Formats: sequence, C-alpha cells, structure tokens
Amino acid sequence: MPRIVVDVMPKPEILDPQGKAVHGALPRLGFHAVTDVRQGKRFELEVEAADDATLAEVHELAGTLLSNPVIEDYAVRVEA
Amino acid sequence: MKIGVVTFPGSLDDVDAQRAVRLAGGEPVALWHGDHDLLGVDAVILPGGFSYGDYLRCGAIARFAPVMTEVVAAAQGGMPVLGICNGFQILCESHLLPGALIRNNHRTFVCRDQVLQVENASTAWTTAYTAGQQITVPLKNGEGGFVADTETLDRLEGEGQVVVRYVGQDPNGSLRAIAGITNERGNVVGLMPHPEHAIEDLTGPGTDGLGFFTSAVQALMSV
Repeated sequence: MPRIVVDVMPKPEILDPQGKAVHGALPRLGFHAVTDVRQGKRFELEVEAADDATLAEVHELAGTLLSNPVIEDYAVRVEA
Repeated sequence: MKIGVVTFPGSLDDVDAQRAVRLAGGEPVALWHGDHDLLGVDAVILPGGFSYGDYLRCGAIARFAPVMTEVVAAAQGGMPVLGICNGFQILCESHLLPGALIRNNHRTFVCRDQVLQVENASTAWTTAYTAGQQITVPLKNGEGGFVADTETLDRLEGEGQVVVRYVGQDPNGSLRAIAGITNERGNVVGLMPHPEHAIEDLTGPGTDGLGFFTSAVQALMSV
C-alpha cells in the first residue's frame, strides 16, 4: 500500500525553542559543526492509492489539521 | 445570564471558570465538547487545561470537537466568547482570533502572579476595567508565546485589538508582550493569564480577575 509522507516544519521566522534546546546540547556532547537546528514533525499516511484525488485530500488535511499555516510550512510526497 | 463553560477531555479550569461566573452574578452552564448544543447560553468560556492532551499542537484537535461548530457559528453571530490559556489556543486554531501560541522561549513552564495592563476596556469581557489599568492575575503555561506576522501584529495594535499586555519582563516570549487579543467586533477575547484564579482573596492574589466575568454579565443584562 502506498504511503504519503507529510513533513511539517516551523516557519523560518518563527522561534523554534525545541530546536534551540537541541542545538544548545550539541557542544556539551562534543559536536561543534552544527550552526542551527530546527525541529519539525513527520506524518506517515497509509492510503489505498496515491492518486490525484487522494493527494488533493492529503494537501487539504495537511493545511488544516496537521499544520497550522500561521506558524508552520508543510511538504507532501509519495513514498513508494 | 447563562454563561456556558465547555469541558474538553483534559480541561483543567472548567469548574474554576464556572465558579467565577457565579461570583460575577451569572448562571454557569456546563457544556460538553461532544455535544452539538450550546443549551441556550448567552456567552461561552473555553477554559484552561490540556484539551486532548495537547497532542499535535495545543488546541488543534479541540478545534474539531462537535461543540466548536456551534461556538464558531455563535461567535461569528456576535456571542461573547472568552478563551483562557488553552481556550485562547483553541480560539487561534479555530481562526476566531489571529496568530498562534508556541512554546515559551525559555522552554520552561511558567507559573506566577503576573501584572497586566488593560489596553482595551471596550470588549464584551473588559468593560469593568479602564484602559491603562494594571491588574494582577495568575499565569501558568508552557506554550504561551503569542506569535503572528508583522502585518497582523501591526493591525492588532492599530485597531486596538490588543486587550491585555504583560507588564515588566515578558514571561513567555510573546511578541510585543501581548497577553490577550480580541477580534474586530470585540466579542471574542483570548488571553493566556487566568483571571478565573483571581476572583477571591482566599484563593488567589486578589480579585482583579473578576472584572472579565462581571463585564460579560453586565453586557448581557444591558442587551
């Protein structure tokens, strides 16, 4: 069965305290190469068929429930 | 004057809100999130708590509770609606108020008595105050940072839609120290601090919060 992946990320201009917390922990663990961290969410949706109608529905779902467009961006892709 | 208080799974301050309504001279009515019914109330309060465990995002799932269909329609028709803390988050997720609430910038839960300045004393929930008045009510949240884009913030400030602002150090990273806002019509108000916890000297820092509830009761009586 096909799987549709929806990635939700905080918008670049929105403060991401969780990402900041992770970033703050890196030097304490000896990692110094990373200059910024942002944390998002990944949703995996199992569907009967990844046709156009289903994709349109998922886009709608992603923009209403899975993400809040005020603070988050989303991306939809089909995973074989 | 009947003021409904919605209980969601995870609501915490619903009984406190009902008590505040009673002390303000109104008749509290318990509403259930799963019902498509406002039981003939004249106003609605969405109380604080952790609706649906705050899974996904605070208020994101509560927005789709059956009772919210009725609340949104009633609010658009002019009914006074007050969202406190989680209730504020639900109002933003429902698009009844602009902006969103994100995790506190210092990443820790904050719980303290907070001084607020009343900026707009003409909403359905703030006529008992005067503009510029400072009040003290408890604040307790982990995701209380109010954010919106610059254009929205400018509009909120320009149109007098900022209802209360934090005085002193911003407790959660809210942009422009905004603690509460209203819609254009002034009937829907959301705020992060908890006026329902400042209605009696015995159980709070004072009675400064009672004005939110007496405002609504008086506004409804004068209709």
